[in-house]
Amino acid sequence: MKQIRVIHYINQFFGKIGGEDMASIPPRFEEGPVGIGEMIVSCSEGDFQIVRTIICGDNFAAENLEEFTKTILPWIEEVDPDLLIAGPAFAAGRYGTACGILCQEVHTKLGIPVLSAMHPLNPGVDLAKKDIFILETGDSAREIARVVPRMVSFARKLVLRAEIGSPEEEGYIPRGIRINVRDQRRGSRRAVEMLINKLEGTPFETELPMPVFDRVPPAPAISVLSEAVIAIATEGGIVPQGNPDRIEAHNASKWCRYPISDISRLEKGRYEVAHGGYDPVPATDDPNRVLPLDAARVCEQDGLFSRLYDYYPVTVGNVTAVRSAEKYGREIGEMLKKDGVQGVILTST
Amino acid sequence: MRIEMERTHSGTALWQVQGSKQKLKEFVLRRIRVMELDFSDRTHVRGHSLYVNREELSEIILEDKSIARVDLAIARPGESKRIIPVKDVIEPRCKYSEGEDAFPGFFGDANFPSGQGETLVLDGITVVTSGRMVNFQEGLIDMSGPGAEYSLFSGKLNLVLLIEPVEGLGKHEHERSVRLAGLKAAHYLASSVRENKWDEEQRFLVKSLVDLYQEFPNLPKVVYVCQAIAQGLLHDNYFYGLNAQGCLPVLMNPTELMDGAVVSGNCAAPCHKHTTYHHQNNPIVEDLLREHGKRINFLGVIVPPVRTALAEKERIGYQVLKLAQMLGSDGAIISEDGGGNPEADLMIVARHFEKNGIRTVIITDEYAGSDGASPGLADVTPEADAVVTNGNGNQKVKLPPMDETLGYIEAIDHITGGHEGSLLPDGSIEMEIAGIMGSTNELGIENLRTVAI
Repeated sequence: MKQIRVIHYINQFFGKIGGEDMASIPPRFEEGPVGIGEMIVSCSEGDFQIVRTIICGDNFAAENLEEFTKTILPWIEEVDPDLLIAGPAFAAGRYGTACGILCQEVHTKLGIPVLSAMHPLNPGVDLAKKDIFILETGDSAREIARVVPRMVSFARKLVLRAEIGSPEEEGYIPRGIRINVRDQRRGSRRAVEMLINKLEGTPFETELPMPVFDRVPPAPAISVLSEAVIAIATEGGIVPQGNPDRIEAHNASKWCRYPISDISRLEKGRYEVAHGGYDPVPATDDPNRVLPLDAARVCEQDGLFSRLYDYYPVTVGNVTAVRSAEKYGREIGEMLKKDGVQGVILTST
Repeated sequence: MRIEMERTHSGTALWQVQGSKQKLKEFVLRRIRVMELDFSDRTHVRGHSLYVNREELSEIILEDKSIARVDLAIARPGESKRIIPVKDVIEPRCKYSEGEDAFPGFFGDANFPSGQGETLVLDGITVVTSGRMVNFQEGLIDMSGPGAEYSLFSGKLNLVLLIEPVEGLGKHEHERSVRLAGLKAAHYLASSVRENKWDEEQRFLVKSLVDLYQEFPNLPKVVYVCQAIAQGLLHDNYFYGLNAQGCLPVLMNPTELMDGAVVSGNCAAPCHKHTTYHHQNNPIVEDLLREHGKRINFLGVIVPPVRTALAEKERIGYQVLKLAQMLGSDGAIISEDGGGNPEADLMIVARHFEKNGIRTVIITDEYAGSDGASPGLADVTPEADAVVTNGNGNQKVKLPPMDETLGYIEAIDHITGGHEGSLLPDGSIEMEIAGIMGSTNELGIENLRTVAI
């Protein structure tokens, strides 16, 4: 079998440069394995060849994350490796953070397999687990002799693109992501068997534990409504005719804002529905049905509030991933706040 | 059974039953297995080949004056063909008896007992409706390559109707014309070969509840709740030809679904809407029937419409509970139709059922984002502790160019699952599997699922 070319990342301590006194050294590299790297090679029975070991002080990495990755990425790219192994970092927080961030960067920018190992409470875990595999370890380097063989065998699977089992089977920290796989039995058959087990009192395992949603506390009430600037916003996909920014009909990749300062109502034919999840005919006929500009202007004239905001923010909330929706919500909220808006009427479909 | 109303001497009406009580009739599916599909000057079956008279079928479709033009094309498994935008897929079926029809309520009055008697199935072929896009919700079928792995329709002989509406036709009218054209074609094909001998016969006993209770008194009684969206353009289903928007939940015999009692006008989204084919071949019904009399007593199917307003969801949820309780159900499977707001209905019914001692399994799919990291459902309830998932519709997929497109490739920019720029310069497509017909089907007809890593 062809040797697997590995880059190994370690901190100043495992790099045998020094302890806390040397934690501020900038990144450097040595050709070949250093310390644990030699264990990795021997454990792989020579299948892994550590072509370069990158070493950096924990403080330097944690305090200069951008410079840290910017310096190291070219060092990795130029040796064209098959794999990056970072750590193991155990419970060392700064070290774990460096391992997690470096793995994440290399995985997303270079697309090569990456692996780290650390304690589940290491801050590096939460930073990187959605993007990379991190093997679970205890909190101290005493178990290194047990961790290295696990890293080697799991890394081998990553390089060979072998099927990866569940977190329990493989010993990695659950990443909290769901991937598509093929089952031996079709879904209906699995449902019938699950029901029979449930009826007969036999253990069964749900395929989808209920997700947990965030709770958003309502903002305090507007104290003097007649002095407030109010915005109207919608996830109903009301966009200018022709959908100039091409908001997708489903799982929208963006939100946009369009000016309404000069108009008193949305005229038929000048707006359209970009949303793919509801019957667009009534709102095409009268876009105010989804974005009630006409009614908002009446309220404005009646002095219910001081002024309507000059733009309306819009996206398509149709099977849109919650992570995207959270991001758009935060961005829209920040914009409105910056522009002095005190209240918003968000219409849904 | 004959019912006559007699007037008694006191003048009050009295129902009197005359004659003996008749049993419900058996239901028989007769399958002609079709392994080749081609055009010819006469619609007929020879061996396992179906030949279609293109002109005759076109004329029938063009009887609808809202349709300006129809082209017929064939897409076979393994061919380098891409069908887009696909609205519905229908399996050709018809009844043997005069005056009875598959798809009851569509070709005449539903004045006969559906789901009983004999029905012919043309097995191995489908009618696919395509042509100019109605809205955003239509999908894609690839006949080969990686896209074909996601859809059972890629393994069928597909007769594709490419329908062009007359200029200026409204969206609702356009949808209706395409839906009816598909049913007409399916009906035409099956009824044209009614005289042929069939390859396989499948018999279903259609029984009264009294018989079922007496026959299997010790088996847990199970109902199946099959959601059907009823929310407007390309989000509607039809019960016996009626738009389900105004309906309350209907109790059906499993065999009624096989006769086309539920017809799909629903396209949202391609991956997880039930086409008419899915309703005709409901795999949950099939798998429940397989266990019927062995480990469960399968009582029937409740088909509730799914509306948008919470008040309607609650009203319908209570009606579903009432029917299940009147039947004395011990267990239930609830399948979702579509995604997003139907999850509220799903959770309402699961909550009702579990709180009333009806053990429940729900079957759904997920929109967990392309990275799989988002919560995949729009609503949840702790009572939903037994869930089957049919995959994450947001998964990205790259589909290579095909030699031929049936329909309009540019629709990919607009359909659910596609986006501006989905069509790459070399003709390949980057999209989400949400745009592939039936890829995460929530009746569980495929074997895709998710696992947590």
